[in-house]
Amino acid sequence: MEIFAFLNNGVLKRNAKTGTAVLFFILLNACGSSSHDLSNEQLKSLNKAYPSQSGGTMIDATIGEPSSLIYMVAGESAAAAISSNIFNKLLKYDKNLDLEGELAETWKISVDQKTITFKLKPNLKWSDGKPLTSEDVLWTWQTVIDEKTGSPYASDYQLVKKADTPDELTFSVTYDQAYAPALDSWAGLQILPKHLLADQDLHTTAFARNPIGSSYYKLDSWTHGENIKLSRNPISVLGQAKIDHLVTRIIPDSSAQFLELMADNIDSMGLDPIKYARIIPARHELQQKLALYKELGNSYTYMGFNLKHKPFDDVRVRRAINYAIDKQEIIDGVYLGLGISIASPYKPGTRWSNPSLEPYPYDPAKAKALLKEAGFIDSNGDGILERDGKPFSFEIVTNQNKEREKSAVLIQRRLKDIGIEVKIRAIEWASFISRFIKTGDFDVVVLGWGLGLDPDQYSIWHSSQQAPGQFNFIGYNNPVIDTLLEQGRLELNADKRMKIYHEFARVLLEDSPIVYLSAGYGLTAIHKRVKGIDNPAPPAGVGWNSYDWYIPEPLRRNEISAN
Amino acid sequence: MLIGISLISFFIMHLAPGDITNNEAAFNPKASEESRQKLRELYNLDKPVIVQYGLWMKRMATLDFGNSFAGHRKPVFWQTIDKDGNVTKGMIQEALPITLIINILGLIITLALAVPLGIIAARKYGLWQDKSITLFNFIGFSIPGFWLSLLLMYWLGVMNDWFPISGLHSINYESLGTWGKIKDSFSHLFLPVVIPSVTGLAGITLFVKNGMLDVFHQDYITTARAKGLSEHKVVYTHALRNALLPLITIVGLSIPGLIGGSVIAETIFAIPGMGKLFYDAVMMRDFPVIMGILTIGSALTLLGNLIADIAYAWADPRVRRGVMRG
Repeated sequence: MEIFAFLNNGVLKRNAKTGTAVLFFILLNACGSSSHDLSNEQLKSLNKAYPSQSGGTMIDATIGEPSSLIYMVAGESAAAAISSNIFNKLLKYDKNLDLEGELAETWKISVDQKTITFKLKPNLKWSDGKPLTSEDVLWTWQTVIDEKTGSPYASDYQLVKKADTPDELTFSVTYDQAYAPALDSWAGLQILPKHLLADQDLHTTAFARNPIGSSYYKLDSWTHGENIKLSRNPISVLGQAKIDHLVTRIIPDSSAQFLELMADNIDSMGLDPIKYARIIPARHELQQKLALYKELGNSYTYMGFNLKHKPFDDVRVRRAINYAIDKQEIIDGVYLGLGISIASPYKPGTRWSNPSLEPYPYDPAKAKALLKEAGFIDSNGDGILERDGKPFSFEIVTNQNKEREKSAVLIQRRLKDIGIEVKIRAIEWASFISRFIKTGDFDVVVLGWGLGLDPDQYSIWHSSQQAPGQFNFIGYNNPVIDTLLEQGRLELNADKRMKIYHEFARVLLEDSPIVYLSAGYGLTAIHKRVKGIDNPAPPAGVGWNSYDWYIPEPLRRNEISAN
Repeated sequence: MLIGISLISFFIMHLAPGDITNNEAAFNPKASEESRQKLRELYNLDKPVIVQYGLWMKRMATLDFGNSFAGHRKPVFWQTIDKDGNVTKGMIQEALPITLIINILGLIITLALAVPLGIIAARKYGLWQDKSITLFNFIGFSIPGFWLSLLLMYWLGVMNDWFPISGLHSINYESLGTWGKIKDSFSHLFLPVVIPSVTGLAGITLFVKNGMLDVFHQDYITTARAKGLSEHKVVYTHALRNALLPLITIVGLSIPGLIGGSVIAETIFAIPGMGKLFYDAVMMRDFPVIMGILTIGSALTLLGNLIADIAYAWADPRVRRGVMRG
């Protein structure tokens, strides 16, 4: 007991996966080759082609337990992962990230672009057999904008001036002015059953732990801190999923998850680069039974300047630093090659990412020239540049995330090469946000953005979004960008909108208010018994068709475990 | 005493920067600052700390521990039942029994091993038995618990299918018979109970050994030996009882640990206990949960100390008489 207590300083924190992973790697190698390779027969049966069939149980693991399965109040990714199997939205993104109807059969945008009318599919039902109608949609909207609900995601829906249900299958919303991200927002709102929730407090209702939805699965049981079991919803509005039972085990430590994966007690888990690129390839029997998938997420890591502090208000200084950082080195060193360098704040390969933009190359000579132009010279010969007698020195602040800390160290070294002195400070998340980000009391941060699929990034870059707690904390203020962002929000035509955001990304890159460090791949291992998975993953990601995955009968676990 | 503890912990907690609205889910460009400000008002986080403490004390006066700030506002301490008869379990109510079972079992195993080892080490003082026990203990003491855990999880769970790796129950637990359920629970508890007790062995063994050595040098032991009592009787009847007295203090002191649980062990073994609950609450700045755990923890600790004192008095007549005279 004592020993454990001494080590409480977060060695195994959620973000500090790599530390344990390294140790774990040593451990695995130390344990030697007593691994049991699969026999030839097992291998053959695992790799054989099987016809699609339903049944079976798939087990995965999550690091955090959801606090509630009502996503609009829970807000965490752990909740989204499970609630998205239970609830439907009006719209969804297809394989190629184009919008299609989910509960809605069709949707129409009025000529003035202010009204959207959704027509629901006929005969929709909740899993308790009650009909799902436009009343439910209306009620969900009223609830998400209700102050008592306090949903963190209310702002998109508060822009709706008027919502209407002319009949059971029609739901229409009217905005004050055209709002392009509206469709994306309706692909994000999970519709809740009015008949069960109308008189309930969403925060304390038992429904949050025992929900009734309309999608492929329904909740079987939820054992606190242990597992959440779903089973197929036989009257799902979208047709039938193949796999009968989905079990999500709550295992907060990723090394323990990996041991469970090795022991074949779970079928899939998210990996970090070390497990993906080093541990699994080094172990033959893991390679035999696991299929590895990588997909680009909608997220990136960046280094952001506080534009209100000198000398970062000078574009030459920002560009010099951008040239001085070797992004490939960070991708290779920190992410073991499992990331790519980006030039716009959008996922490469999607419509919104401008293909003609190139990231700043690594060019220390150019960096030095730019700094000289900006007035920085090493006048006293100590290797550090000065301007007006003051040495060029700043502090990078980041949260305790191993990957970000390592990136900062590589940046520190590269900037030293061109004569800039950098200190690094890593600090726990909540303190980091309230002490540095909210107060604006920082020089440079290394952070990441995880973004939605809509290209609108008004809240991050628009000059009006700089109040404490808002997201333009770097203090970016560029009238050209402001105009583009405003236009982008009003334009519902996808092609015209694309041009706006291509231009936006170009100006942003030139202005260099942040340095894009890398966009890391999302890495997943799934046991080969699960078939029907697209590899390589389409733009929508590995899980886009998980309802169509199947486990052939000969490959299932002992089915007593299914209940 | 309790008021003092709660006052200090309340203020320390509020000295740490940030509040519930700073968690990572809220750092999403879709989440607006207005909604966070609303949340802060709802939880009175915009009021001065002293006012917040007053509000908290007012609720505590009716033994109301409040509800968590997190998404589903679960009751902190004990279950609530809504008008439809749905039960929402309290967070501490769910976590405390698990932690208590694991730690009490662990303590029993530690004592069951440490006492005999300590006696052997004392009787064979300076001989190879003593030295090897000391060596074993210090190895156990020096090995990081989480590392040993991972190693054993790999050996016993992955390479050999002897023990489950993590969790409290198998997925098919519900479908097992009574005997199967008991077996399942015990095999899941094995690693989380045994590993901390092995690593915690060193201290108590040393304590027993030194206690025994002290007693061996007492005159009454020499007398007992001179009387010609068997060595067995000398050690187990005369020496041991006196040497074990300080153990009561040690066990009393370990009570906060019994209640507090351990973050690392609970994280590795996927056990929803008190350590994990407290750690997550601190990370999220979930003030009602933090205060609830601290208050209940300190109340139980005070109670434990009281019991230890009484037990001490019961076991040692000298203390008892001292108490009565005073």
